[in-house]
Amino acid sequence: MNSMSPASANTHRLSSFFLKRRGRLADQLFKLITLLFALAIAGLVVLMIVEMARDSSLSFEKFGPSFIWREVWDPVREQFGALPFIYGSAVSSIIGLIIAVPVSIGVSVFLVEHAPRSLSTPISFLVQLLAAIPSVVYGLWGIFVLAPLLRDTVYPRIQSTFGFLPLFKGTPNGLGLMTAGIILSIMIIPIVTAVATDVMRAVSRTQPEAALALGATKWEATWIVIQNARSGITGAVILGLGRAIGETMAVTMVIGNRAQISASLFDPSYTIASAIANEFTEATTETYRHALVELGLILFVITFVINAFARLLVWGVTRGQGKGAHA
Amino acid sequence: MHNNLKRRKILSSSMTLITGLFSVFAICALLLILGYIALTGARALNIGFLVNMPKPIGEPGSGIANAIAGTLILISIASVIGLPVGILGGLYLAEFGSNRFGNILRFLIDTLTGVPSIIVGVFAWTVMVRPMGHFSALAGGVSLAIIMMPIVARTTEEMIRLVPQSMREAALALGAPVWRMSLGVVLRAAAGGVATGAMLAIARIAGETAPLLFTALSYNFMSTDLNQPIASLTYQIYYYAQSPYEEWHAMAWAATLVLVTMILAINITVKMLTRQQYQ
Repeated sequence: MNSMSPASANTHRLSSFFLKRRGRLADQLFKLITLLFALAIAGLVVLMIVEMARDSSLSFEKFGPSFIWREVWDPVREQFGALPFIYGSAVSSIIGLIIAVPVSIGVSVFLVEHAPRSLSTPISFLVQLLAAIPSVVYGLWGIFVLAPLLRDTVYPRIQSTFGFLPLFKGTPNGLGLMTAGIILSIMIIPIVTAVATDVMRAVSRTQPEAALALGATKWEATWIVIQNARSGITGAVILGLGRAIGETMAVTMVIGNRAQISASLFDPSYTIASAIANEFTEATTETYRHALVELGLILFVITFVINAFARLLVWGVTRGQGKGAHA
Repeated sequence: MHNNLKRRKILSSSMTLITGLFSVFAICALLLILGYIALTGARALNIGFLVNMPKPIGEPGSGIANAIAGTLILISIASVIGLPVGILGGLYLAEFGSNRFGNILRFLIDTLTGVPSIIVGVFAWTVMVRPMGHFSALAGGVSLAIIMMPIVARTTEEMIRLVPQSMREAALALGAPVWRMSLGVVLRAAAGGVATGAMLAIARIAGETAPLLFTALSYNFMSTDLNQPIASLTYQIYYYAQSPYEEWHAMAWAATLVLVTMILAINITVKMLTRQQYQ
């Protein structure tokens, strides 16, 4: 100790200071590098909006906001409007939701409230496998299995009973809004089920258990759970809507691809996503391509708003649970 | 009163029955689709189909070897780009992202997960195909990487957050700098989970078609040139399904059987691996 001069003590202090500093520098560098990668992913979203806005300028200058409600789609005369596609996307997705939501919530209730663990794990895995099947495979199955089946057996029966409604008029050839909606419903069942199951598991068990203790039936207790989780379940449904609106291949293959607004659900239609899929490489003029990119921008904005809203709703339920558990 | 209770009990048990039936319905839908693929696909599937090249309509012995190779090449390009970016990005979110800025990044990354894949295709066309002047495997791989990155980032983040705090403290107490703690201890501890997430992301992009329509397009011959268009299983299925030929329809089903087997194998393997971990 005594042999150590003040100078060497200083050197020691200095070197350890440098070591620390070098360590800090490496750490700063590490933080910076990982930050760059995270920024790169997040930045892609911003870059997409900028690129698409730039690439739809011709169409935007020519038609302005009226692009959204114009009904004409005529590449030859370079007249474009998005309404038939917005209509097709909206109606096919809504049909999908009408079928998928009751089924998904039913499956979630069964998984959370009724099934023992040994049954709920395999069931939820199998339901999630529906999401693993590629979109193009649903399309193939839709063309060759579902569409002929609906055309020959289901649609004629609907028409013989409800044929007087404009919704079910015309001669169904199997490809149209209804078929697209049915395919979509199968495709969104997994996401709606997964999120609804999560939020129902996240809400407190005390209320339904108190209800059971007071003599409520199993369903009445379950209804309380559904009530408490309803904003999260709404989020799940809206997430399903976002998925359905952006779905491309399967819908393109079964919706018939005709830009028209028709009251009948059996008639062919067109969606935003399938218009881009079918026509993007065939767009011969700049205005045509810009109109397609503007369609893409509309789709982007719709899915962005839907997803953001849905996520807020789901977070509201699951995060509230987290706080409760800590308190 | 007694009647009322009876009615309530009947309602309750019928609701149990209905939710059970819905579950059966969803699983039946899965089994019907998979069963149909297996039966129809198996009829046209043989060794020749897997190793031969496509031949003109009417000629026997047509195959999809180029599409299988193409899909594997596209997945490799996407993984080489998407996995490192996704994993390091996820590392940032887990280690440094517990603040407002991290939440903004997380929100944008989640938004990217929700972007329809057709939009990603349009974007990749704008930034890759147009400047290069032609369709290419590289552009296809990049568009798949874009789909992969947010998924990998978020699963990586979740897996890293599962690593106990005590392991971090132990590493720092032994004098390790933060970067060594993150890469050598935390990421290594989470490696199994991160690999699982990566496999699921690969399964997801293997089935993508929409982003390839304007990027990788298709190619009728075997190709390993990343600067040229390349075939893929999904594009081939789409192409064959839209054609008027019975023979090509059969090939579409056989190609589907190959693709779906691949994807389900990954999903089921991941499920078995993660279950073993929990037990």
